[in-house]
Amino acid sequence: MSTYSPSRESPLSPRTKSDKLLDSGFVGLTRILALAIAFVLLTICVQVGLQAIPAMKEFGFGFLSETAWNPVEGRELYGVLPQVYGTLVSSFIGLLIAVPIGVGTAVLLSENLLPLSVRTVLVFLVELLAAIPSVVYGVWGIFVLIPIITNIGNWLYSNFAWIPIFSTPPRGPGMLAAGVILAIMTLPIITAISRDALISVPRNLREASVGLGATRWETILKVIIPAAFSGIVSAVMLALGRAMGETMAVTMLIGNANKISSSVFAPSNTVASLLANQFAEASGLQISALMYAALVLFFLTLLVNILAELVVMRVRKI
Amino acid sequence: MNSSFTEDSGAVRRSLSRSKGSPRTLFNSTMNFVAFACGAIALLPLLAVLSYVLIQGIGSLRLSLFTELPPPPLVEGGGFRNAIFGTIIMVGIGALISVPIGVLAAIYLTEFSSGKIARGVRFCTNVLSGVPSIIAGVFAYGVLVSSKIIGYSPISGGFALSILMLPIIVRTTDEALQLVPNDLRQAAVGLGCTKFQTVMQVVLPAAIPSIVTGVTLSIARASGETAPLLFTALFSQFEFNGFFQPIASLAVLVYNFAISPYDNQQSLAWAASLILVMLVLVTSIIARWVTNQKSY
Repeated sequence: MSTYSPSRESPLSPRTKSDKLLDSGFVGLTRILALAIAFVLLTICVQVGLQAIPAMKEFGFGFLSETAWNPVEGRELYGVLPQVYGTLVSSFIGLLIAVPIGVGTAVLLSENLLPLSVRTVLVFLVELLAAIPSVVYGVWGIFVLIPIITNIGNWLYSNFAWIPIFSTPPRGPGMLAAGVILAIMTLPIITAISRDALISVPRNLREASVGLGATRWETILKVIIPAAFSGIVSAVMLALGRAMGETMAVTMLIGNANKISSSVFAPSNTVASLLANQFAEASGLQISALMYAALVLFFLTLLVNILAELVVMRVRKI
Repeated sequence: MNSSFTEDSGAVRRSLSRSKGSPRTLFNSTMNFVAFACGAIALLPLLAVLSYVLIQGIGSLRLSLFTELPPPPLVEGGGFRNAIFGTIIMVGIGALISVPIGVLAAIYLTEFSSGKIARGVRFCTNVLSGVPSIIAGVFAYGVLVSSKIIGYSPISGGFALSILMLPIIVRTTDEALQLVPNDLRQAAVGLGCTKFQTVMQVVLPAAIPSIVTGVTLSIARASGETAPLLFTALFSQFEFNGFFQPIASLAVLVYNFAISPYDNQQSLAWAASLILVMLVLVTSIIARWVTNQKSY
């Protein structure tokens, strides 16, 4: 691509028509492709929605409150209440563990408690945690996490079975195992984004607080964290979105039982696991029902992600 | 006079120093300890997963993994050359779709667009990167498989992967282009370059190391993705069978074989996990190293 030719007669010759065409064509092409990204998001929504129409006609909004998932022909009945419940509860357990640890780690990595070189390595290690494939977490969970949780669970069950959340004996896969693996997988997101928020708190605030005689942790808890609060909230929301959509690790650990139980040891199911388990063998109305379930999951995560992005945008403006 | 001064300064000093036993100091040290504990707990799973995969995987690593096909249950040996090939094919298709679109879209965002459009598209990119990977699979299934256009095939799988790779590529390219100093663009335009020439011969070459890093990271991520391939590419015990037939991949092999009751298949799953983890680790470390070598 070299249209430039040194000619002495007319150093400022006007651009040729083909040059201009190439130029505007290039700009146009990039514009179309940029808009295509927004289009992809829209297409996913429309496409999944269209395929879900037969199930929507059949079940309507009752789909969300129905607990049966029965693909037997002639008696087909589908509802996603147990799966939505499983999605929300497993994500909640995951965040319950990941938020305090993640924010604590973010504070550690944003303060000068450790030398900078050590902190840089730690930040990188936390990033690596996010890079390990989900299916590998699943395999690890089956062979390492589930035995550990079963042991702890047996003790809890034999001593505290009167508490509803420990009311069933742990039999391997279950809600708690899925929640713990989600905690591990969302930890890097919470840590990374909270750390960014903590670091970008203006230095003056810290200096003023220390100057007034506050200790390090009085400064952190009463000045830095409140100032970075919206950033931390968006970190938690992005983590929630990730946890709700997480498929493989959860599918391998949650037990895939379509029922609601108050116990965290009981096997359960999530919308994403339902899709992963049934899609390849589904046909007819079941596919449409699965598409409907996918649409529910898509809207749940979309809602959470959009809210998180809006919070981030507001923070940037300030 | 003199003595009272020293007395004063002693009192001042005492009032400025924190007593070690005061509740405030104790709380401070406790919280320091809690922060260190959080950091340790956060790193624990990384070490646990890496060491376990390493220990289990190294025992199963052997040359035949790369040259043989998956064995039937209870037969010793075997490998997964078809799965390695399948992963390469599908990630290749994904990259072929997402890299040109992603890079050109990012060029529009930083070079040509107005603020409003750029904000909107960046917003969509961020939201797209939060779309669950299984939804990308459902989408690809709806577009290519159930509509009988292509069916279960590496093309459908690659298409699903491209949707997950696209936001990563747009975001990293966007960031890389924004880091190119404006002086370069002004110099190019001052010499009479067209927009096309400015971008292709000045801006893009300056940003290429970071763009390559982003593409590599997205490829590493995509190689480990399982959910979008489950019902777009399915799985196959056999050789690559053309672009319109189900195909094996490392990630789906890990999923299928890890939950199988047979020892030989589990050992293959560990070996495949190790390969996937190493791929991600090595690319992340290289990416970190490259982004630290700043060209400007």
